[in-house]
Amino acid sequence: MTYGTYLRKITDPANRADPYPLYAELRKTPVLRDEGGPYLVSTYWEIHGLLHDPRLSSDPRNLDPDAAAALAVTEEADDPTLPPSFLRLDPPEHDRLRRIATYPFGPPHTPRRIHDMRGELARIVTDLIDDFEGRDRVDLVDDFAYPFPVTVICRLLGVPRADEPLFHAWADTMLTSLDPAAAEADVAQRRRAVRQARVELGMYLSELIEDRRRAPAEDMLSSLIHGDGPDGRMSHAELVSTAVLLLIAGHETTVNLIANGMLTLLRHQDVLKRLHDDSRLAVPLVEEVLRYEPPVQLLPHRTPLTDIDIAGVTIPKGAAIWLVLASGNRDPKRFPDPDRFDPDRKDNQHLGFGSGIHICYGAPLARLEGQIALAELARRLENPRLLEDPPPYRHNAVLRGPRHLPVGFDGVRPAREP
Amino acid sequence: MSTTDERGASRAHRPDDSLARLRREGRIVIVGASLAGLRGAETLREEGFAGSLTIIGDEPDRPYDRPPLSKQVLVGGAAADRTTLPRRRAIRAHWRLRTAATGLDLTARRVRLDDGDEVPYDRLLITTGARSRPWPQPAEAELDGVFVLRTNRDAERLGRRLMAGPRRVLVIGAGFTGSEIASACRELGLPVTVVERGPTPLVGALGGVVGQVAAELQREHGVDLRCSVMVTALEGDAAGRLRRAHLSDGTALDVDLAVVALGAVRNTEWLDGSGLGAGPRGVACDAGCRAFDVRGLVTDDVFVAGDVARSPHPLFGYQFLSLDHWGNAVAQAEVAAHNMISPGPDRRPHLWVPAFWSSQFGVNIKSIGVPSMGEEILIAQGSLAEHSFAGVYGCQGRVVAAVTFDQTKWLDFYQQQIETAAPFPPPFRSVDRRPDGLHPVPAEFPDPSLPSHGPTVTLCGYSPTERRIVFTPARA
Amino acid sequence: MRLVVDLNRCQGYAQCVFLAPDVFSLNGEEALRYTPYVDDARREQVAAAMAACPVQAILMDDVVDDMMDDPLPAAFDVHH
Repeated sequence: MTYGTYLRKITDPANRADPYPLYAELRKTPVLRDEGGPYLVSTYWEIHGLLHDPRLSSDPRNLDPDAAAALAVTEEADDPTLPPSFLRLDPPEHDRLRRIATYPFGPPHTPRRIHDMRGELARIVTDLIDDFEGRDRVDLVDDFAYPFPVTVICRLLGVPRADEPLFHAWADTMLTSLDPAAAEADVAQRRRAVRQARVELGMYLSELIEDRRRAPAEDMLSSLIHGDGPDGRMSHAELVSTAVLLLIAGHETTVNLIANGMLTLLRHQDVLKRLHDDSRLAVPLVEEVLRYEPPVQLLPHRTPLTDIDIAGVTIPKGAAIWLVLASGNRDPKRFPDPDRFDPDRKDNQHLGFGSGIHICYGAPLARLEGQIALAELARRLENPRLLEDPPPYRHNAVLRGPRHLPVGFDGVRPAREP
Repeated sequence: MSTTDERGASRAHRPDDSLARLRREGRIVIVGASLAGLRGAETLREEGFAGSLTIIGDEPDRPYDRPPLSKQVLVGGAAADRTTLPRRRAIRAHWRLRTAATGLDLTARRVRLDDGDEVPYDRLLITTGARSRPWPQPAEAELDGVFVLRTNRDAERLGRRLMAGPRRVLVIGAGFTGSEIASACRELGLPVTVVERGPTPLVGALGGVVGQVAAELQREHGVDLRCSVMVTALEGDAAGRLRRAHLSDGTALDVDLAVVALGAVRNTEWLDGSGLGAGPRGVACDAGCRAFDVRGLVTDDVFVAGDVARSPHPLFGYQFLSLDHWGNAVAQAEVAAHNMISPGPDRRPHLWVPAFWSSQFGVNIKSIGVPSMGEEILIAQGSLAEHSFAGVYGCQGRVVAAVTFDQTKWLDFYQQQIETAAPFPPPFRSVDRRPDGLHPVPAEFPDPSLPSHGPTVTLCGYSPTERRIVFTPARA
Repeated sequence: MRLVVDLNRCQGYAQCVFLAPDVFSLNGEEALRYTPYVDDARREQVAAAMAACPVQAILMDDVVDDMMDDPLPAAFDVHH
């Protein structure tokens, strides 16, 4: 992989704990041709414009072959067994698959599904925090931020929670394809491993789908298999691709939202205190976490269908474009005092979930999980504090978050009466 | 802040001082108590106006939102008297509701009211908006069962009659309001006939290519749509109840409920003879919302905003645009209010790019720019047949407007294309380009000299630089 | 509370519908409908919807703002 100066810096683990000075430097050149690497777009309005620009494709098949080879991001496109998920498709295929996927998940057909999960989400959180009792420290990632969304996505989709060790390993391997640094080592070997993991996860979900086809349950997989709307049903292969996407996206990003959120709160004890006193603060606070420490730092998979001029730079057709969402979120031209964490911030139109047609599918669920998790942690932990600052981070620069988050506390307050 | 000292008297003549006094203790009167009036009042307070604020309106209610009246209110999703607009802030206003302004004395700076009172002002904001164009035969318009839809009272009365289950509803005019009413009727399961004198619904606003899609939507949802036909007479029974409509094709329709949706008339009669440049097309103002007088000179104490205003738009060759658009009412009121209490160099032009929305038959229709300026349209994304597309309008080689059916998320891009006068047809590939989108086709707007139902933008076309400002002092 | 959505800004992301399904709904794929007047019990739902709106198009207020106006003559009693 050809490797630009800035990309090297972004992926350098030394910059993981605080990439924001690097982004500030990037913003001096809103659209930067990173020598030999992709075009990096780092300013709010340019990113926002491109997210709504129909000249931009999300389909890796539109990448110039050289750019594709250099980037090692084609793991979906060159997989002979599974079609690409809607994340990597353009309209009209994207729209059709996303509409069908939304059928059992949200409006207009199932508007209450997420809202009605509130009680269930709260119970899972309560149980996890109950398990902290008798301890004076926990790893907030392994003991809370990871198991919570995994449990939720398993129940929602209808994947047995007990199979978590299985699919977690596949998911981890697949996500290294999103990790530019990992791709540097041995591209061919890495690609083989990613493809293998995708095939195995696909086969696992394919069997599960066959089970549900025979014996439907009250879960999204069953609805996707049996539901029938104006757009018809997905093919079996499309179903498997979609299930792979939802399972991975549904548990790998919310972990970071919760861990980044708690880390930020522990660094801003005044805000933590306010949240303890009034859990309603969780609503705007989660939006500010999504701006200030977004779980998805950048979107690496866009390419123009034609030469486009932006901020004085011509990006040629087929070039790879990376949208540095986390940098746009700190752009002083859009957000006053952008490096300040301010849950009372007005007009917070952050890029944490992206924007345009590819806006995060699971955003409403992630929001709710984040709100309930942070509010309950703030309410129940007595005198919580960071034991390591900065904490150790995951290797991945795209899905950025702490690998572990050791937190000490003096006790656990009782759960609310149900 | 200012202090009175021995030089205070001479200072008072300096513009800064008089402006400071206006902001501190001036009298601002707003005529028109709807969306534009309310947002104007809020902006005045927001920007520090501390004087007295009087809001005059002929309706009995505080400012309320009208778009829901032809949508969720008619299908029972909201009560007609519960669409009062939320406030952005407290405005500490003196309200004179149920009171119509009847005249304006520009020299004495007073507004005359229908109760005989006169209200003096230092600055005046005119936001009197528009009303439904009535059925042209007054006796027929009086029949029980003949409705218009503009106010919350209209919506309440119409809604009640729809709930009572009329045999068939006749909608006269297939502009946006008429089409939305027809959509609500179908949602309620009511038989509905729509009669439109143009070749398709929405033809005045979006042209015949897009209008054809609107026609398909209506027919697929069970509307009896009759285009290129006019209603020539409404007939009542002995008790004065509507029973039949006669059409220009010689047929007749048995109906007990008719909604007249023939567009809007601007509320400017109260300004007749005032010397202000007001007429059927609205009150002319400059880009800073200052009203013109009949001599074509700009006033400095009378401002205009919302549906009643006609102002030159630099993006569209400085043509005077009248926009019955919700977003325009908000944006223009904000600019007008800001300019009313700001010194010259701090004033802002009203540069809002026209935008509107409509939802009908389960489809979200949005437009940006001025479609009716378009000579041609290119379906840049999606497909007319699927009723999901983005269409771009071009005029003299540049993009002037765009419309989307259920493709709103792309509209920001087209707005930017309009703002930068991008070339038309667009010389680039985009996602979701279909066979529909290979070539531009004529947009099929009707001859502007023929009246059609409810175009949302009226181009009046007199540039100040041409010095050809002509006003019609009274209604023809 | 009183509620209005700037439907020029609305792009049909429907985040409000997910979070406050008693107040907001979609009519078709992206046309938003909402109840313009909601009681206090829905306050938290609406607050969550407002915060989540990607284009910040939702405005809600408390009728108490009206109390700051000059008093109206009795005939103008507002009907809520």
